[in-house]
Amino acid sequence: MAKLVALSDGVADLVHDGDVVALEGFTHLIPFAAGHEIIRQGRRDLTLVRMTPDVIYDQLIGAGCARRLIFSWGGNPGVGSLHRFRDAVQNSWPGPLELEEHSHAGMANRYVAGASGLPFAVLRGYTGTDLPRHTANIRTITCPFTAETLTAVPALRPDVTVVHAQRADRAGNVQMWGITGVQKEAVLAARRSLVTVEEIVDELDPVPGQVVLPGWAVTAVAEAPGGSHPSYAQGYSVRDNAFYVGWDAISRDRDAFRDWIERHVLKVEVQA
Amino acid sequence: MNADYTADEMMTVAAARQLRDGTACFVGIGLPSTAANLARATHAPNLVLIYESGCLGAKPDRLPLSIGDGILADTADAVVSVPEVFNYWLQPGRIDVGFLGAAQLDRYGNINTTVIGGDYDDPSVRLPGAGGAPEIAASCGEVVVIVRQNLRTFVERVDFVTSVGYGAGPGDRERLGLRGGGPRVVITDLGVLEPDPVSCELTLTRLHPGVTTDQARAATDWDLAVAERLTTGDPPTRHELTRMRALTATTRENGRGGT
Repeated sequence: MAKLVALSDGVADLVHDGDVVALEGFTHLIPFAAGHEIIRQGRRDLTLVRMTPDVIYDQLIGAGCARRLIFSWGGNPGVGSLHRFRDAVQNSWPGPLELEEHSHAGMANRYVAGASGLPFAVLRGYTGTDLPRHTANIRTITCPFTAETLTAVPALRPDVTVVHAQRADRAGNVQMWGITGVQKEAVLAARRSLVTVEEIVDELDPVPGQVVLPGWAVTAVAEAPGGSHPSYAQGYSVRDNAFYVGWDAISRDRDAFRDWIERHVLKVEVQA
Repeated sequence: MNADYTADEMMTVAAARQLRDGTACFVGIGLPSTAANLARATHAPNLVLIYESGCLGAKPDRLPLSIGDGILADTADAVVSVPEVFNYWLQPGRIDVGFLGAAQLDRYGNINTTVIGGDYDDPSVRLPGAGGAPEIAASCGEVVVIVRQNLRTFVERVDFVTSVGYGAGPGDRERLGLRGGGPRVVITDLGVLEPDPVSCELTLTRLHPGVTTDQARAATDWDLAVAERLTTGDPPTRHELTRMRALTATTRENGRGGT
């Protein structure tokens, strides 16, 4: 059964220096509050995993938490580039960032293999592109039934996966709905998991299209209302598109970025 | 040239016209999303919009800023997981049209959205990367590309093949085992290019009103092939312009003040 914890305790217990950490949420339900807590606690040398390392990973990378990034699309959705990500790749600021680059289909299947307890996943993907020349974790495999050549990618097994959801009950059963992305697979693929939720309730009323993660499959749940802002939690908040647009100017400049992190992440009083 | 509309608006309208009513279209964000939503708002009300966030049959009444905006899930026929959208819907060839943008494009319609200049480990410009594009380009029935035409984008050789068009030429898609048909048409701010049926080389087949062949050639880093029967496209209709501006106005509002 998942433990109900304070966010700061959950991050302290479950996210360690050097870990392989996946923060998932496909535009919707991105665990920003947990990401900020990771920055506040000064985690270092993380291998960050995420299909779409958008603004949240731009912040973690710029704050110096990451050594390596496993990803498939690194941009600010609908706005443009991630300048902290680019600065790390192009100028090694604040430190070098090693990349392992995939396509969405490849990343999604790597989580599926991890969740399924398999060593790898098979797909029709990457063929003819330059990605396999640069990513050793993209290989080919011959189908034992048809002799067709297909693509194989290894399972992802994060040390810890962090996701945000709408609700949990007191037994730690987690309920999410709307665009649920790859969160179920990412949680089940991980050794440990931390779920932040908008609210903890007595009873989880059914919602159309819901995904439920049973409490016994989750390590810890922390209440973090508004914890996906500037992303959103369907039924609770709307996406703060203006923030994403405004992030471009903040992240373009190292000093503006440091100042923003100082004021909005490091100096924020956290509820215990 | 008629100053009632911009070259970008002409491009978006021309791209929207390529989408047939009732087909299923895998939509990337940005220019493809604008054009696909314009098609739905004009001649193709039954166009099925599929977003990689797992929204199948989304019917937004305003332009989403991202592929995961709430309006897409709220209006979709079904919302599925990300593994499902790629494995069950895209990979088996259920989607008719893939609609993609590009940072660089070559004469065989190969697309780069990964790195520009230098080498992969030390690029001049690091771009967002692949996202869903490699498999969209491989597995959709056909691909429509929308991209502004200039010497930076229309290059002799892409710096990185993120998504395969016709590879190095005829027979390459078959040899690679790519099941979709590849790029059927490329829409730019200057005109329309289509692959030559024999050589697969992108050939200028249509110019937008007021644009000359020389302009298109000057915006292309390779020796651009021009069709013998080069045509001129129709300018945007009043209806197309009104609907498109209504769509983009809602997004701007949205970007400023939140939804």
